[in-house]
This record gives sequence, C-alpha cells and structure tokens, in this order.
Amino acid sequence: MFLATELNLQNYKVQGRWRLLFLVMTVLLILPVLVILTLLVVRGGGAISWEFLSEFPRNGMTEGGIFPAFLGTIFLVSLALVFSVPLGIAAAIYLSEYAADNWLTRAINLAIINLAGVPSIVHALFGVGAFVLFFKFGTSILAASLTLAIMALPVVIVATRESLQSVPQAFREACWSLGATRWQTIRRIVLPNAISGILTGIILEVSRTAGETAPIMFTGAAFFLPFLPESVYDQTMALSLHLFVVSTQVPNVPENLPYGVALLLIGIVLTMNALSIGFRVYLRNKKKW
Amino acid sequence: MIDTSQNIPVLNIRDLNISYGSNTILRDVTLNVRPNEIFGIIGPANSGKTSFLKAINRMDEFTDGMRTEGLIEFYGYDTSKWRNLYSLRKQMGVVFPLPVGLPLSVYENVAFAPRISGVRNKSELDDIVENCLTRAALWDEVKDRLNSLGSLLSGGQQQRLTIARALSQKPKLLMLDEFSIAVDPVTTMRIEDVLRDLKKELSIILVTNLVQQAERLADRTALFLNGELVEIGQTNELFDGRTKDQRTTDYLEGRFG
Amino acid sequence: MSDTVIQEGRLDRRDVSWFVDKTVQVLMFVGGISAVIFIVGIFVFVGKEGFSFLFEGFSFTEFFGSINWRPTSENNQTFGALALIVGTASVTGMAMLVAIPFSLGAAIYIGEFATGKTRESLKILVELLAAIPSVVWGFIGLTIMNGIIIDLFDIPIGLNVLNAGIILGLMAAPIMTTIAEDALKAVPDKYREAAEAMGATKWQMIRQVVLPAAKNGLVSAVLLGIGRGFGETMAVLMASGHSINIPGSPFDSVRALTATIAAELGETAVGSDHYGALFTLGIFLFIITFLINLTADLVVKGIRKK
Repeated sequence: MFLATELNLQNYKVQGRWRLLFLVMTVLLILPVLVILTLLVVRGGGAISWEFLSEFPRNGMTEGGIFPAFLGTIFLVSLALVFSVPLGIAAAIYLSEYAADNWLTRAINLAIINLAGVPSIVHALFGVGAFVLFFKFGTSILAASLTLAIMALPVVIVATRESLQSVPQAFREACWSLGATRWQTIRRIVLPNAISGILTGIILEVSRTAGETAPIMFTGAAFFLPFLPESVYDQTMALSLHLFVVSTQVPNVPENLPYGVALLLIGIVLTMNALSIGFRVYLRNKKKW
Repeated sequence: MIDTSQNIPVLNIRDLNISYGSNTILRDVTLNVRPNEIFGIIGPANSGKTSFLKAINRMDEFTDGMRTEGLIEFYGYDTSKWRNLYSLRKQMGVVFPLPVGLPLSVYENVAFAPRISGVRNKSELDDIVENCLTRAALWDEVKDRLNSLGSLLSGGQQQRLTIARALSQKPKLLMLDEFSIAVDPVTTMRIEDVLRDLKKELSIILVTNLVQQAERLADRTALFLNGELVEIGQTNELFDGRTKDQRTTDYLEGRFG
Repeated sequence: MSDTVIQEGRLDRRDVSWFVDKTVQVLMFVGGISAVIFIVGIFVFVGKEGFSFLFEGFSFTEFFGSINWRPTSENNQTFGALALIVGTASVTGMAMLVAIPFSLGAAIYIGEFATGKTRESLKILVELLAAIPSVVWGFIGLTIMNGIIIDLFDIPIGLNVLNAGIILGLMAAPIMTTIAEDALKAVPDKYREAAEAMGATKWQMIRQVVLPAAKNGLVSAVLLGIGRGFGETMAVLMASGHSINIPGSPFDSVRALTATIAAELGETAVGSDHYGALFTLGIFLFIITFLINLTADLVVKGIRKK
C-alpha cells in the first residue's frame, strides 16, 4: 500500500515535469508573436501618420507615404474576392450538398488539399504562364488577382464546407420530404444557417491574400509607380511587395519606414484575423440548435 | 389534382426489395394501402420499416447506396417512372420519429412548403397556416406566437408542428414514423385523436413500435420482421388471435422484439 | 384511369423549380470541378513554360548533380540545382528541428493539459501566429533575427541557415500545432477513460495511449510542415542570405529553390533557357509538394480506416 502511494507520487512528479516542459514550449512558440508585435510598434509606430497613409512615396521611396501600395492591396484583394468567393462557395456547396462518395469527389478533395499546399511561387509561375502570357492579360491587376484568387480558393472552400456541414442533416431531410428541391433546401434553410460561418471564412481569406507577395510579384504588382492604376489591365503597387522592396532593394531607407510598412501590413492582417476569430466565437455561443 | 373518386388503392406495392449495397433489408413486400384507412406497420427495430417509407416517397434519391426494386404505384402510377420526384413528395406528408422544427418561425414552418410551391398571397398563406395548425391540434397553443422560432416549442408541440407542416400541401397520404418516441403520453393521445380525424380526408401509414398504438388506431396492420413482411390483417382480427403466422401472435404477445 | 391524371400532366410535371434545381446542380458541379481544373492547369501551364528547356537545355545529371547555377553566364551557362536543393533541404531541416518538438509540445499542452479559457486563448494565439504574412517574417529575419544572431554568435552576417530555419520553423509550427492537436482530439475518449480507470496519471495516459493512437495524424502534421517549409518563398529569400552554397554549418548562407525563382524571374526573357530553367524548378517544387501532400493525406486516411 505504502509502496503504491510512493510510486504514484513519483508518477505525478514525472507528469508535472513534462507538463511544465510542454507549457514552456507553448509559451516559447507564442512569445515571438508578442515580441515581434512589440518591436514593430516600437520601431515602426513613429512612421505611421496621416501623410504616411495618404501620400505617394518620394525621393526613390525613401520618403513620403505608401498610399498607392495601400490602395493597390485593396484592389488586388477585392478583385480576388470577386473571383474566388462565388467559385469557392459553389465548390463547397457541391461537395457538401451534392457530391456522392466516389472517385471524383476524392479527386476534388485531393485537388483542394494540393491547391493549398502548392508553394506560392509556383502559383506565381502559373499566373505568369496562364494569365499574363496565355490569356494575354499582361502583368496587370487582373492577372495578379486571378492568381491570388486561385491560391485563396481552398480557404473559402474549406470554411464554407465546414459551416454547411454543421447544419443538421435532419433539416435537409425534413425539407426534401416536403417536396423541396435540393436548391430550395440549400437556399432557404442551409445557406441562411451557414452564412455567418461563410463570412468568417471570407474575412480569413482577406487576411491571407492581403499579405501574399510571391504570387503578385510577376503577375501584376510593381516595385514603384508614380500614378494610380486606371483599369484592371494596369499594374499596381502593393503593400506586401512594398515591404520587400523598401527593406531589400532600396538603399538609404530611414530605419522606421520599413518598420512602419510592416506594422501597417501586419496590423491589417491581424485585425482581419481577429475579426474572423471573434465572429466565430460569437457564433458558437449563439448557436440555435 | 388526383382523381380519388375511383376506388383504386392509394398505394399498390408489388415485390418490393430494398437493399444497401449487398445488404438486403426488405424482401418481396407486396401490399396495398386503401383510401381513408390507417395502415399500421409494426415490428422490432431494424425490420426495414423506415426504409419502406423512404422507398415510397422516393427518398432513395438522397440516400447513399440505397436501391429499390419492384413496383410502387401511387394512385395507379408507377413512381419509378416519375420525372419530377419533388412533385411526388408534395403528395405525401412525412412525420419523423424525432420532431424536426426547421430553424424558422412557427408560421414559416407551416408556410414553407406552400411557399416553395409558389403560393405568395399572404391571406392564402394565413389560411393554410391556421387550417393546418388547427387540424394538428396546435393552433390554440401557438396562435399568439406564430413568429417565434419553431424549434423553441416543446417536443410534443414540435411534433404537432411537423404534422401541420406535413398537411400544408394537402397530401393524399400521411406517413408517420414512430411519431410518439419523443412525445409525452398526453400529447400522444391528442395526436392519435388528430389522426382519427384526418383519416376522413386522407390515408395514413402509421409505423409504430407500440403494438397498442396500432391496435388503437390502425384499420389494418402489417408485421415486418427482419426485412420480411410476415402478415397483413384486419387489426381487430390480429389482436383477437386470428393470425395466420405464429410469429405474429408471438410478437403481439410480446414474446420478442 | 390513372393515365388520365398523367395525361393531364398536372401531377408529374417538370416545373420551373425542377429546371432551376438541375441548372444549379450543374453550376455547383462546375465550381467543384474547378479545383481539379486549376491543379491540372498549374501543372500544364508551369510545365508548358518549362517545356522547351526540359527537352533542349536540360541535363538530368547537371540539374541534380552540379552545384553550379550560372544562368546568366555568357560563355559557360550551367543550370546545376544541387546547391539550391541542398539549400532548401537544409533550411527546411533546420526549421523542422525547431518546429517538430515545439509544435508537438504545444499541441500536447493545448490539447491535453490546458482547459477552458486558457485553451481557447492559446489556440487563438497560435492562429494569429499562423496569420503573419511571409514577407513580414522575412523582414523580421532580415532585421531583428539578423541582429540577434550577429550579437549572439559574434559573426559578421546573420543571414544564414540558422536564421531562415528559425523563421521558417516559427511559420510552420502553428499549422503543425493545429493539425497535431486535431489528431490528438480525434483519439476517442473511451481510450482515455480506460487508461484513467486503470489508475494511470495523465502523462502516462498520453504517452502510452493517446500518442500511439494519434501517431498517423502527428506524422501527417510533420509532413505538412515539411511541405510548407519546402514551398516557403519570401521569408527564405530574405533571411537565408541568398548565396549559392553547400552549407558546412548553420552559419553559412544558402539559397533556396523558391527564392531563386522569386529573385530571378523578373530578369529573364520569356522563352530563354534561364526562364525555362526557372519554370523547371517550379515543376520540381510542384511535384515534390504534391507528393508530400498526397502522402500526408494518405497517412491521415490510414487512421480513419482503422
């Protein structure tokens, strides 16, 4: 009896040590985000001002603001959404509501996994080969947005499919038994109950695409442009590429300028992400069934 | 719509087989359901009763791997030749074991089917909703909260809501699948009264695991056992012991199942 | 008699909603199949641009056997990708050294020890970590991490395997943590209860029951992390030093496959050998990551079958 307790105590000590180790690892994993955020705020916070946001870069991009890059990112992300959201939602509806368990469905799922896993630079090569050259869009907002859209497609599909599948099957069966068509069931019952989950996915997509650099580098984003794009066939500056440019390609940049750009970019991305997470938590708490 | 003046059976089923993959769960069922009768189906779990209902309103279309063979005629028309299955299902109301209130208001739950069939007129919808809820013995309880969520009603109320919903397209056939599983005894009795009333205007298939419920309600009763239709007979005869098959007597006397 | 009903065409009629339903079904199918079209399209279009090079300038032994990547040399143009492959592999290897223990440790802590609010908050923080864009990570490698490495090891330049590896490790870790935690969560509770009923401590239960049961999921988490490391571009470009080199130590600079494409594509003429060679690197990357993802998927499917 005494021995058993002794052994038990020993076991709990071992457990305590492992637990501590895992806690330390978790903290060490998460700590960098906080350190990085702090450093970006400390070193880049001073650069952010109204002029920074509203003016063109000046003097070989060593002075002035980042307005055209900021606007360009908004253009690229919005246009990418226009392409990827309808397509992604359709794909998710097909997979969740129509697809039978067969080889084709498995092929589609495998394609989605791989679409998400293909390196961003390969997406860039695809964008060059397909949109810039083959479809003759040239290096343009259109080509870059299409590239981004295909890259982001899995995000929309996965988020949408998950929220569609969280709608209980019993609702569908009840509708079908009333003579509702598949589409009537989807439109009137499934989609309205999944829409917030879909929105969460779209916000997440915004956050992902806003930070992408490699896919737009050769398809439509330019290092520097002294004017704003006038159509989707023009090139544009972008915030993510601008960070790359001012931190690696331009000499004599004052230190706080790239930090400011990085802070702005990460601010946008994390805000969107936090929104998406907050939205998700809120939804989980007010579930109707 | 349907010419019911002729004395043809509502359902005429010949040699029906249902299988999932290589697993046959219902074999060689032949029976018919007459106008204005309550047709009881009893039998232990996994006897193929639910799949039988699914075959009738052609839900096999939505069920992975489900296959049916044989003839099912609805008012003399072969349902396997039906082109628009949605219109077929509109002729048949279904009530599931567990009440499924759609995530809509009480009003919209009942108005759902008429709406998708193209009824837009508000007063017409109002009439349908009141009429169906009244016939399902629910109107008095919910008339003041038609706009509250259907899924917030109690289990017994939700089950009556699904009956009202099933009635909303004036079906010729109402199929109930063990409707009383999640319903208290008092509500069960109320629903049974509702069914006796409804019999005047349509036919009812009542799948039940309660032998006494079949005895109380059904005009004729069939026993399904392990995928086989053992016997069909007048309910009172079966319960008086005038069975043709010993297994029926055994089941009715509660010796198994 | 029934025929009159049918001939009137009132009961069984293909109405508007029937046609709408069928049309929508086709549209949704097009959406679903688009993913397959795109993945095939990527292979076809990247392959198409690399095609002429693959069949004319490409030499298998040179590509995989030579460390001389001299795409712009006037008289001695060579396309040896060995150093680039080794560069990618060394950075990915260093990244996994960081990411595997930390992400598995974090997954175990979050999935098995942490509860309630703590657990939720940790998961959210991990998710935010995953959201930081790769160019920002590259910038951090270039500035902050560079400074730290220079100070810590007293070397002139801190852009090397170590730097890129740590950055890449931090990038891959959140995804690996999430997948690994999902794998732990997928272990049925009845296993845990059985172990606890036998008087095992939580740690014994995790080590002897949960981890073996979740093995496939954990392996797949690591595989996806490796895939991520292989394909990462901007961060590696900015933090690795970008010099062609077979590294002898973590303090040597290297150049990665992805970074080479990103750095050189802008300077090449469409259709040139150099251009074709970069697309060939792309095909190589595509095939490698495809195989990694496929394996990870098959490994996960392995669990479900059990």
